[in-house]
Amino acid sequence: MNAPSVAPSGPLPVIPPLVAVAMRPLPLLPLQRVLSGFLQRICQRNPAIFDRLGEHSRARFGIRPTDLPFAFVVEAAPPHLTVVRDLPRDLDARISASLANLLALLEGKVDGDALMFSRELVIEGDIEAVLALRNAIDDAQLDLAAELSSLLGPLAGPARRALEAARDSLIGGSRRPFK
Amino acid sequence: MMELICPAGTPAALKSAIDAGAEAVYCGFNDETNARNFPGLNFSRDELRRGIALAHRSDAKVLVAINTFPRASRVELWQRAVDDAVSADADALILADIGLMDYTARRHPNQRLHVSVQAAAANPDAIAFYVETFGARRVVLPRVLSVPEIAEISREAACETEVFVFGGLCVMAEGRCSLSSYATGKSPNMQGVCSPASHVAYEQTPQGTTSRLGGFTINRFEPSEPAGYPTLCKGRFSTEQAKGLAERQPEQRVAFLDRGGLQNSSKFCEWPYALTRSGRPNFAAERAILSELRGMEVRPESIDRGRARLSVNLGARLLSLTRPEADRRRSGS
Repeated sequence: MNAPSVAPSGPLPVIPPLVAVAMRPLPLLPLQRVLSGFLQRICQRNPAIFDRLGEHSRARFGIRPTDLPFAFVVEAAPPHLTVVRDLPRDLDARISASLANLLALLEGKVDGDALMFSRELVIEGDIEAVLALRNAIDDAQLDLAAELSSLLGPLAGPARRALEAARDSLIGGSRRPFK
Repeated sequence: MMELICPAGTPAALKSAIDAGAEAVYCGFNDETNARNFPGLNFSRDELRRGIALAHRSDAKVLVAINTFPRASRVELWQRAVDDAVSADADALILADIGLMDYTARRHPNQRLHVSVQAAAANPDAIAFYVETFGARRVVLPRVLSVPEIAEISREAACETEVFVFGGLCVMAEGRCSLSSYATGKSPNMQGVCSPASHVAYEQTPQGTTSRLGGFTINRFEPSEPAGYPTLCKGRFSTEQAKGLAERQPEQRVAFLDRGGLQNSSKFCEWPYALTRSGRPNFAAERAILSELRGMEVRPESIDRGRARLSVNLGARLLSLTRPEADRRRSGS
């Protein structure tokens, strides 16, 4: 039997506005390269995501962390991620929440329905595509620390421990055991 | 003996439920044969086969819901689902359509058959028909029934019974709702989706959020007000006679779960999360609920005369109480 989940209790932290302002001048390209590699890695290791996305596998999702000065445009097939200052108009769906909530959603640590109904998550556009994306991610049981650290070759071990510590302090201890 | 039956929308959910100790899981194929045909959910043939094998290695059962109503032009899709579920070694099929039950009973006479909630078998005579005609072994009772009604039916039922305890309440007779079809062209009975996400729109305005389904405004929420999914029969309504908010009627349900800290969630696989998040292992909350049921109208000793089993569906989950011989022995009856 799995250990009981240590799900986050109460609202997750947001990035302080001053920090967000300080991040504004940062160049986006390096971040885009890292995250693109990250996305491709996730898609390679979890091909069932495409099956679950079905007819929405070519949808373009705009993801805006509300506490960051930039946003992401994500496509699953083929895997493609762009970092932008402002989301373009020609998207299939837009998803907005704090960075911590978005990360918690990716790892299945919070219930997307509850987050949306509490207004901490805002979804616009093709709701069916977003629902398919959510269910595909749920089934993949992503571990962001493991996925990201696996890009770092010989540094994967220590990087994973550092990323897990950072994640745990931000969005809670263990992953949700049930989807 | 109590049997816990959990829903599983994905293979990961199936594994999680079994890891958590569920005695059985129910699920469906990723097509319109399943009344929870939501995007990104459900099982391919291969996933089901592997899921059943996994469950059986843990002595758990898998019940396969094929509980929408076949269309005249595509009956073979539903029949193939039955054949594939049987060949995948499903422990039971949950069916709603009498034509499909007939097909199953004839083609697969040894396959255990359960009557879906969608069949709306709401009285002992209807249940007896399914038992006598198709050999049904269990019936899932409509969600609109009250506890006393459940107790009454369970006393008379010719087979095992299950009831929803914690879930979205349909205001219509199960399996006979045309609201979603009217608004969107898709219905739970035919396509397996009520108020489908493909027809949902949320509009954000300074005044709050407006939710629409198929172009109909279902609800408006103030900025600080909790929002909801625009399920067609659960919005705010106004008529010439009255206006109000259609929602669940807790007093009509056996919904004790909120007291136990569980959330009301219609999400296909959310409940075990809520359960473990609250730190209660081994389904203690469900067992406590069952105790409450026993304390109410539904006492095991009053349910039937030897063969009965009371099953309680906890919304997205099922609790199944086999007639407790142990209880009987304890009470000395």
